Amino acid sequence: MSWPQFVTVTLNGLTLAALYFIVAIGFTLIFGVLRVVNLAHGSLYLFGGYLGWSVADRTGSWVLGAVAALFVTALAGLLLQLGLLRRIHGQELREALVTIGVSIVAADLMLARWGGFTYDFSPPEVITGGLRIPLLDIGYPRYRLFVLAFAIALGLILWFVLARTRLGITVRAAIDDRDMVAAVGIDVQRLFALMFAVGAGLAGLAGVIGGSVLSISSGEDARYLLASLIVVIVGGMGSLPGTAVAAVLVALVEQYSLALFPTYAAIVSFLLMVVVLALRPQGLFGRPA
Amino acid sequence: MNRQERRLSRRVLLRRAGLFGLAASASALLGACAGQQATPTPAPPAASPTPAAAASPTAPPATPAAAASPTATVGPAAGEIVIGILATLEGAFALYGEEAVRGVELAVAEFGGAIAGKKIRLVKESTDATPQVAREKARKLIEQDKVDCIVGPLSGDEGLALRDYAKTIPDKTIVNGTSAAQDTTLRDPAPNFFRFSTDGVQWMAGLGTYCYEVKGYRRVATLGEDYSYPYSQVAGFLLEFCRLGGDCVAQFWVPIGTKDYSSVITAMPSDIDAIYVILGGADAVNFLKAYADFGGKAALIGGSSTIDQNVLETKGALRERVIGIPGAMPVAADNPDPAWKAWVDAYRKQFPQGLSTPSLFCWGYYVNAKGLLLGLQAVNGDLSDGQKELQAALAKVEFDGPTGHIKLDKNRQAIANNFVVEVAEGPDGNLYNKLVRVVEGVNQTLGLPEDKYLALGSFTRDNPTCEKIKQTFGS
Repeated sequence: MSWPQFVTVTLNGLTLAALYFIVAIGFTLIFGVLRVVNLAHGSLYLFGGYLGWSVADRTGSWVLGAVAALFVTALAGLLLQLGLLRRIHGQELREALVTIGVSIVAADLMLARWGGFTYDFSPPEVITGGLRIPLLDIGYPRYRLFVLAFAIALGLILWFVLARTRLGITVRAAIDDRDMVAAVGIDVQRLFALMFAVGAGLAGLAGVIGGSVLSISSGEDARYLLASLIVVIVGGMGSLPGTAVAAVLVALVEQYSLALFPTYAAIVSFLLMVVVLALRPQGLFGRPA
Repeated sequence: MNRQERRLSRRVLLRRAGLFGLAASASALLGACAGQQATPTPAPPAASPTPAAAASPTAPPATPAAAASPTATVGPAAGEIVIGILATLEGAFALYGEEAVRGVELAVAEFGGAIAGKKIRLVKESTDATPQVAREKARKLIEQDKVDCIVGPLSGDEGLALRDYAKTIPDKTIVNGTSAAQDTTLRDPAPNFFRFSTDGVQWMAGLGTYCYEVKGYRRVATLGEDYSYPYSQVAGFLLEFCRLGGDCVAQFWVPIGTKDYSSVITAMPSDIDAIYVILGGADAVNFLKAYADFGGKAALIGGSSTIDQNVLETKGALRERVIGIPGAMPVAADNPDPAWKAWVDAYRKQFPQGLSTPSLFCWGYYVNAKGLLLGLQAVNGDLSDGQKELQAALAKVEFDGPTGHIKLDKNRQAIANNFVVEVAEGPDGNLYNKLVRVVEGVNQTLGLPEDKYLALGSFTRDNPTCEKIKQTFGS
């Protein structure tokens, strides 16, 4: 592998990691606080993508599409939590089945509404086009660097909120010991609903951001659910730094293997998961049971 | 929540993951039951179907599967013929599946929904484009839905699976959908599997020559999904291109559903004239997008599904990236042939919500369904005697389809016309495949001597190479 190629592939890995991070962070937040493995997370991603595309198409504004995706999927997540999941809270089997059921119904509804077409976004010109990287003389798409910057900013904001604000302290306390948090008089149900909405909204936003790197089409829901699962299993469920590190690991492994031996790229990320599970079953940053 | 589960628990996750798997298979089962929809055929008056026309006394000795099936042994007087449609109606290929079903419905409507007074009933079944599920669903169609014949499947590996399955049900008939792996009919064919559509190698006829002679390309790299159909497509392209003296300097095979092509693009050699790309649906869109983003310099050559109408109708900014890409396929949108125009009109009339031009998936299912219906007509809808008469008649079926004359060779594989095309923008702003050249009567070996052709061996990810083609046929 030549030097410029190495740099490009590494950048590809980092920018893909950014995308994985944005998708998986909502998943891991929801699990961390509610202990719900939300198997409809991919559907929220796809719904956000489709919805954002439609809004962007109507209004001509990509940013508006992204904002709409964020809020409408947050609302959808809120409804899912309040309408379905709250009644069966703590019953793992039912939670899993209900979220799978929702994802199947949602997939067919979206197929009926948006059809099997592939949808391709047009982000604003400020963040599209190519950027020349000095010294190496290689071109790199500006939009992918934007995604990287966006993910870093999002990570920092989340870290700040979790580490420095009252809400963040409550959330971290709830992750550690929910019964005790409830016992000191904090409205846990409200916290749950809020976190579910935030997690869902992030998935929807990721639909637009990710849909602009690649494209949106039916079937993406399952792909991103799987990507999120791999990332959070490698990183440790419910851990913010774990999700970030795992996203980087998974994406780099995927991109290097695509460049070096494309035929076997599909299995390599699973191998990574197998190795992590064998050596550290709780995930890189997860705490032992 | 009890104490042990308070910490983030790996066990909780794993147990849930297990549940997920369990539930997923359960839902697949449910889907299998719910997915079956009997489609009333559009045209005929409501001839009352007689579902349980009890096995007629003259019924031939049947296999266990057929014995359990009353409609499988209906005599000429019974009320209906049941045809199963096997297509991919979910996931990334869902749009292809929609087109496939339209193709069959179009053919059935052409026959007024009945053959020799027998109503035709369609039963749809969806696969996920994998061979295992294709076989399972075909079995379900035969054993539970008691269909007489199957039209399908859609994708390459599925076709190979159904060829093998066909051998276990000699008294039923399968006609292909759009599945286009060459070996389905070239090597070890099944006597009751018929393919009125051309295969992935035939779909490339004319393209290698066009790229070498007109476009002036000499060195290419290839990129394709890693399964039987793209192997056929790449081989079909190289068979012409290399014989003329072209070179293929690198080949890339990626898993189906690869999302991010940036690193593959980075790994492409820089001293090539063009990249031959055979990716389907969203994969093609993702590649084209990344290729434009990364400022790819080499020209692109499209495999049949890369520039299929389904891809061209992508919503959004794709259009500037695909105009001018040459490719080849069994249909061309602006084919001046009146038969094609009439067919497109019929399509638009029957499916106002369809594509601007029917895709090759619609074409494939249409010609196969039409071949089957002509065969049924030839035997007056007589399916007795283990469908032997039908199968004999099918082998002789010849007809003028929307893209010209179609007949079968000794392996029950179509010989038909093929089209070299270029993506262009129509006056209405829609992208379409503009006809460049017609290659007439393409057979399965592209006109090359059969013994030498077979000696090349099955096409795989590293067979044939350019050198081998040049050695075998001389450049």
